[in-house]
Order: sequence, then C-alpha cells, then structure tokens
Amino acid sequence: MSVANLSYRAVFSLVLKRDLTIAMRHKDDIINPLLFFVIVVTLFPLGIGPEAQTLSRIAPGIIWVAALLSTLLSLDRLFKSDHIDGSLEQMLLSPQPVFILVLAKIVAHWLITGLPLILIAPLLAVLLHLNEQSYEALILTLLLGTPVLSLLGAIGVALTVGIKKGGVLLSLLVLPLYIPVLIFATSAIDTAALGLPYSGQLAIIAALFFGSLTLAPFAVGAALKVSTN
Amino acid sequence: MWKWLHPYANPEVSYHFAGKLLPWLSALAVLFLSIGLVWALAFAPADYQQGDSFRIFYIHVPAASLSMGIYFGMAITAFTSLVWQFKLADASAAAMAPVGATFTAIALITGAAWGKPMWGTWWIWDARLTSELILLFLYLGVIALQSAFEDKNLAGKAAGILTLVGVINLPIIKYSVEWWNTLHQGSTVSKLGKPSMSVDMLWPFLFCFLGFILLVSVIICIRFRSEILARNSIRPWVRTLVSAHLTQEKTNAV
Repeated sequence: MSVANLSYRAVFSLVLKRDLTIAMRHKDDIINPLLFFVIVVTLFPLGIGPEAQTLSRIAPGIIWVAALLSTLLSLDRLFKSDHIDGSLEQMLLSPQPVFILVLAKIVAHWLITGLPLILIAPLLAVLLHLNEQSYEALILTLLLGTPVLSLLGAIGVALTVGIKKGGVLLSLLVLPLYIPVLIFATSAIDTAALGLPYSGQLAIIAALFFGSLTLAPFAVGAALKVSTN
Repeated sequence: MWKWLHPYANPEVSYHFAGKLLPWLSALAVLFLSIGLVWALAFAPADYQQGDSFRIFYIHVPAASLSMGIYFGMAITAFTSLVWQFKLADASAAAMAPVGATFTAIALITGAAWGKPMWGTWWIWDARLTSELILLFLYLGVIALQSAFEDKNLAGKAAGILTLVGVINLPIIKYSVEWWNTLHQGSTVSKLGKPSMSVDMLWPFLFCFLGFILLVSVIICIRFRSEILARNSIRPWVRTLVSAHLTQEKTNAV
C-alpha cells in the first residue's frame, strides 16, 4: 500500500505508534521529566518550611509551576531527534497534511509526559497537604491543562528546533504563553478548597484546550516549515 | 486597487521613501514633543489630589499605549509577510521590536516611579502592571528569536509566527490577569488616578501623545532603513550608495 492513499486515521495512528515505540525504547525520556517534577516539588517544603498550613495554601501553585517546568524540559524531544536524523523533513515532504502528523506527535508527547504527571500528582498533593476537597479539581485541571501545555509548547519547539542552543530560548518563548493556564488552574483548585463550584474555571481551561487544539497544529506546521527551511 | 503599493515592495524604493519621510517626521516630532512636554511639565495645572507627581502621566500613558500599539503593528506586518511573502515586512517588524520593548520598559519604569509616591510601593501586582510585564516578556521572546537565526529571512518568518501567536494570546493573557487580580487581592488599586480630565490637562496630553507617536515613527524609519541596508548589502544599489557616501566623505576631508 502506498503512503499516498492512507486515511487520516491510519496516518495519525502510524505516527502515534512510532513515537510511542521510540519513547518506550528511551525510557529515561519518560522518567527524567517526572523525576524533575517530583524533585522540584520536594524542594519547596525544604525552602519554605514544613508548616502544613502554609504548604496547603501554596500547594496548587507549586504543583502547577512544577508541571509547567517539567513539560518545558521534556518539550525538546518532541522534534529534536527527528530533526537531527532527517525523518522530520521526510514527514513534511509526505503527501499527508502536516496538521495530522503534528497532532499525532503532540498527542504522543502528552501521553509520554503529561499523563504520568497526572498519575503522580495526587501523591505529591499528599506531601504538600493539599486540601482534601481540592483533589478532584487538581486532577481535572491537570487533565485539561497539560494538553494545552504540550500544544503551545510544540509551537515553541517547532520555532527553535533548527537552532543549536534553543533550550533557554524555548523557555523565554513558551512560558509567557502558559500564564493563562496557570492562573485558571490554580484558581480552580483554590476555589475547590473553599468548597465553592469551580466549573467556570474548568470551562475556561477547556476553551483554552479546544482553541489550542484547533489552532496550534497549524502554527506548528508553519513553524516547522520555516525551521527545516 | 492596491497597485500603487506594489513599487514599495522593492527595497530600494522603500529605502528612499523612508528617507524622504524622515525629515518631515523628525521636524514634527521635535515640534510636538517640545510644545507638549513644556506645556505638560511646566504650565498644566497640578492635580488636586496627586499634586505635581501626576505629571509623569504625560510620559507614562503614551508609552503604555504605544507599547501595545507597536506590538499590534508588528502583528500586522508579520501577517502581511506570511500571507503575501513581503520580505520588507519582516524588516519593518525587526525594526519595530526593540522600539516596542523599550517603550514597554519605559511604561513599567515610569509606572513604578509614579507608584512609589501614590501607592507607597514601587511594584504592585496590579492587573495592568502584570500584563505590561508579560508584554515585555513577549517582546523579548520575539527579539531573542530574531537574533537566534543566522539567516535573516528565516528569522523574520519565525519571529512573525511567534508574533501572531502572541497577538492571539495577548487578550487572553490580559483578561486572565485581570481576573486573577480581582480574585486574589480585590481591587485595592483599580483606580489608576484618572478622574475625567479637565481640558487644561487634556490638551498637553494630546500634544505629548502625538509627539511620542511621531518620535516612534522617526526611530522606526531610521531602523527600517538600516535593516534594509543590512539585508541587501550585496545588492548593487547599496554598493553604489555606500561608495558615493565614501567619496563624498573623502572630498569633505580634503
């Protein structure tokens, strides 16, 4: 079967499987950002002090900021190795729309880095004495918010993939764009701690999610075309 | 309809056009700024509450508006560059970015200087201040990306994409910061000391505002011209220009 008549779904699952397989063979790519996440969260009680009250007050912020930073660290692997070995250019040259390819790669990235983060977050929330009423909000905001981080981050990586020392530059480009997610996620968790409904914040994060899901792959595609020249 | 614009896609034509605009813009900028600033700083009545310290308003507000206006201008040029592939649009975006960043910094610094006597503190996590700070980060990101590429064309395109992403995000960031602010600390300083202005205060403000707009246009014109020269340095017209300039200098020296 030639590549040209593959359906969009087939292309999507092909790229997704490929990226997941590669990730499974480089397990440190999955584990290292996660370890980073855990260590950063551990540093805060050491720096601020062990009082449960203070910690539970700032727990949402710490968990979310650590999530932003660990996503940022893991973003590099999204396109870098494919760019170095040339498979990225092959993908862009293929007759399939870039949108689908890029989306599959971003979904794979989220499965590899976002999902483990969500799974381990409740444990860290226990360490930080997060208010019991906030757990549901924490998980829901992470579920809706971390894909946004992957989608927006992909734009930054796509812009910097051709640059040798893109790492620091990437954080400069991407972190300001993460601010709305941070604000609404932490405010949802805080609101939940007070026992108030937080569906408004969730709705806005969901809007950010769907907005970036539809728009970001186009920006990533355009940026990749610039970067691979 | 747009045919009259086409010649300006040529760098040489644009270069000379910007050169012709420059003296007019500079003269007007000097005129308006000197009238506006002298009027504002020396003759406009002092505020009944804030006294003389409110006068920084005449610099702060134009700088803040221009910081956003220039970003919007950059977004327009980025869009034209990506859609119609005008290379000159990238040059103008590159000319605008540092100017915009500088005006954002001026707005932040004058804001801090104004905040100290009024609010008793240099910095406050007010919604407007915070979003202005984030705007500065966005500017710095664009500038960093522009300088990260060796190839100026690629740099322009990449920075253009980032500018467009930023301009979509700017209202979201602004809105979310405002929301965050009202939620976390209540509107302690929602009033930025702007009661409806009396006419004697408004007129010098308009002069200052127009003066600053003209000043920005002058700086952008100069930077735009040098960007064109830098990007076209191997073209014959640039070489003749440079050699003509050099021979003129030599004769002057003699």
